[in-house]
Amino acid sequence: MQLDAKIPTGPIAEKWEKARFDLKLVNPANKRKFEILIVGTGLAGASAAATLGELGYNVRCFCFQDSARRAHSIAAQGGINAAKNYQNDGDSVFRLFYDTVKGGDYRAREANVHRLAEVSVNIIDQATAQGVPFAREYGGLLANRSFGGAQVSRTFYARGQTGQQLLLGAYQALMRQVKAGRVTLHARTEMLDLVVHEGRARGIVTRDLATGDIRSWSGDAVVLATGGYGNVYYLSTNAKGSNVTAAWRAHRRGAYFANPCYTQIHPTCIPVSGDYQSKLTLMSESLRNDGRIWVPTAPGDSRRPTDIPESERDYYLERRYPAFGNLVPRDVASRAAKKEADDGRGVGPGGLGVYLDFANAIERLGQDAIAARYGNLFEMYERITGDDPYRVPMRIFPAVHYTMGGLWVDYNLMTTVPGLYSIGESNFSDHGANRLGASALMQGLADGYFVLPNTIGDYLAQHMGEERLETSDSAFTAIEDDVRGRTRKLLETNGKRTVDDFHRELGLLMWNECGMERSAEGLRRALAKIPEMREEFHQNVRVLGGDQTVNQSLEKAGRVADFFELAELMCIDALNRDESCGGHFRTEHQTPEGEAQRDDENFRYVAAWECTGDFAKPVLNKEPLEFENVKLTQRSYK
Amino acid sequence: MDLTLYVWRQAGPDAAGEMKRYEAQGMSPDMSFLEMLDVVNERLILEGEEPIVFEHDCREGICGACGMVINGVAHGPQRATTTCQLHMRQFNDGDTIYIEPWRSTAFPVLRDLMVDRSSFDRIIEAGGYVSVSTGSARDANEIPVPKADADSAMDAAACIGCGACVAACPNGAAQLFTSAKVAHLGLLPQGQPERLSRTRAMVAVMEDEAFGSCTNHRECEAVCPKQISVDYIARLNRDYLKAQLLDPNAK
Repeated sequence: MQLDAKIPTGPIAEKWEKARFDLKLVNPANKRKFEILIVGTGLAGASAAATLGELGYNVRCFCFQDSARRAHSIAAQGGINAAKNYQNDGDSVFRLFYDTVKGGDYRAREANVHRLAEVSVNIIDQATAQGVPFAREYGGLLANRSFGGAQVSRTFYARGQTGQQLLLGAYQALMRQVKAGRVTLHARTEMLDLVVHEGRARGIVTRDLATGDIRSWSGDAVVLATGGYGNVYYLSTNAKGSNVTAAWRAHRRGAYFANPCYTQIHPTCIPVSGDYQSKLTLMSESLRNDGRIWVPTAPGDSRRPTDIPESERDYYLERRYPAFGNLVPRDVASRAAKKEADDGRGVGPGGLGVYLDFANAIERLGQDAIAARYGNLFEMYERITGDDPYRVPMRIFPAVHYTMGGLWVDYNLMTTVPGLYSIGESNFSDHGANRLGASALMQGLADGYFVLPNTIGDYLAQHMGEERLETSDSAFTAIEDDVRGRTRKLLETNGKRTVDDFHRELGLLMWNECGMERSAEGLRRALAKIPEMREEFHQNVRVLGGDQTVNQSLEKAGRVADFFELAELMCIDALNRDESCGGHFRTEHQTPEGEAQRDDENFRYVAAWECTGDFAKPVLNKEPLEFENVKLTQRSYK
Repeated sequence: MDLTLYVWRQAGPDAAGEMKRYEAQGMSPDMSFLEMLDVVNERLILEGEEPIVFEHDCREGICGACGMVINGVAHGPQRATTTCQLHMRQFNDGDTIYIEPWRSTAFPVLRDLMVDRSSFDRIIEAGGYVSVSTGSARDANEIPVPKADADSAMDAAACIGCGACVAACPNGAAQLFTSAKVAHLGLLPQGQPERLSRTRAMVAVMEDEAFGSCTNHRECEAVCPKQISVDYIARLNRDYLKAQLLDPNAK
């Protein structure tokens, strides 16, 4: 299929305005005739549901959590970027656009990123008007900080809980629409399949996680705001429930999956402490503003960090990157830490850690100043590890954090299935091969508050007056039967291994072969192994209990089954992309300094994979990326 | 560490529950409390017993999904800590630990340690927001907000909606939860136009739900993982009184 990204013509700064004029509108009296299904209530889903409700559409909104307020956007700590230039430090929409395309290592679509930078300023206005308690200066105006190596201060924040506050703002806007009767919320309800009929998305099939009821919902459009797939690695900073099922099932029904191998490893997480480890906890990378990262010079040095003299420490980021030092981008910092651990200089259990030391900063600024900046993070660290970071250096290590890949969408955020949209982390569009700090919140809210509400009408207007498909239609009942069959199969297998046992095994394989570094050899190993593991999962998984009740093992089993399929596609994509870019680092392709070496001539495209039913043989569709406004360069942080 | 657990098992909303004894052997002090339960559950599954159901998601203390009464205290022995952030080093080898769900009429048990907290959502739905539709906001810096007010609003807004306050209250009251939202929005200029009507509407729904009344025990503040202050309850009461007298919409 020929991919049409539907990028508006004209100069980059005028594309979004042109699009808004060219897109068809649905008149206010007709909006109430449409029903839109939104899956997920994170920043993207909640903001979209609230805004579409305000516009007058009927919205049904689904989340697997017990409340819409708990979606994993809530855990974002650091902040949200916006090109307000309140600090008068040279920021602009164009600079945010430029930084984002460059930070994504030139693998994002220019037009989408420019639009993101344009609406970033509206997000801050909207959130402030909702009562989001952003940090302020004494004069009462909004405070900003520099984040993730940006050379301007454009990040807005609410202590270390920016995601929580923005999500509560969107959740509250959503609840206002629930009160107004425009939105119906379905909590504890998980989407298990997409219904496509005559080439268009017509509804979804869900399972009620409290009662086990499987049922269908018909809509005029379906919006997936279901987040990322980092939990394919088992250990990640994602919430335990975060999963790929909705997006994967949509992929199996015809939506192309783009750049699945683009995953982001966050450099500052608390290391694994034992084999019972259930998840990893991120420490805001703002810590790198004052903390210094080091390892002992000698491999295997097991002395306590405070006993290691200055002369026997290697501040390796400061040494290798004198200009950016500890503030190099996430992918660079992560790989550098892995290299130290691979060379035997890692610290802590299993040598999987490096020190992040605040001794200098405390000496320079005083403990009170450090406590004011990072107090809550230090407390969190101490609760988890039992160590006091005011006295001993923190131990940190990279962990899977965010997935840039996702469902392929056009400029209007529609997938390759007409009527199916994908917003926020679940789509692929804005971050290229690497996401910059404080950009995830921006994208989720940009899509939900400002982009989708303007673009979805164009599709709906073309289907004005058409009947919605009844859920009694065979298109729905066939898929309901399919879902019931899958559920029954999982319950009847009654094998010898638990779901988590399989998930850990898959996660470890993915971390080793398709994690921070990938090689053709390793990826081929993984591709040989995954189908075997998947086969064993379906033969030997043990899920107890019934389907007409709360059954958390059953929920997990369905999600892990889909992770097994996604994992194969990730490795295929990583093997196909025979270059390094951003978070995708192929060991065969690096500069003499060990940095990612892109191959723009052959890989300057989006890889959009089409499901053929045979997971080993998906079809590759390419969307070439044109850069008319940003000059392609080799990133350098020296 | 070897532990003896007594865990509340209840097959469904209408089933009778009971405390069941489990031996949890060979646990590490570096495990989180939920990881300890994960290990117990893995063993149960292999032995053919259905795992203990408990709610959890982010496991970093911010989503508010987890919560259980541990040895009689909501979220367990460590102050300002959610269940997921509680680690086994807070316990001793040989300890006996009693684990129960939130106990409150307003939070019916769904299964084992999982309860229904949708009453909290209904309180927010009643008015826990600023009525501003997308697109109509003015520039964020047009309205300065004194830093002290913004900070105090943030203190209140830090609530994660876990429900520990209700579980700890001898009356099962939801005043701390409701007051935190009323204060968060009422402290900011953006929240002023609806301040009184919001307070009345949220309190009305809170009273319609199965929550009890506040009689100043302050148990809520003691267990709140985000250390929300009971001062906000005083503020709620003041705003509520004012609303009864001054809100033009009051009957």
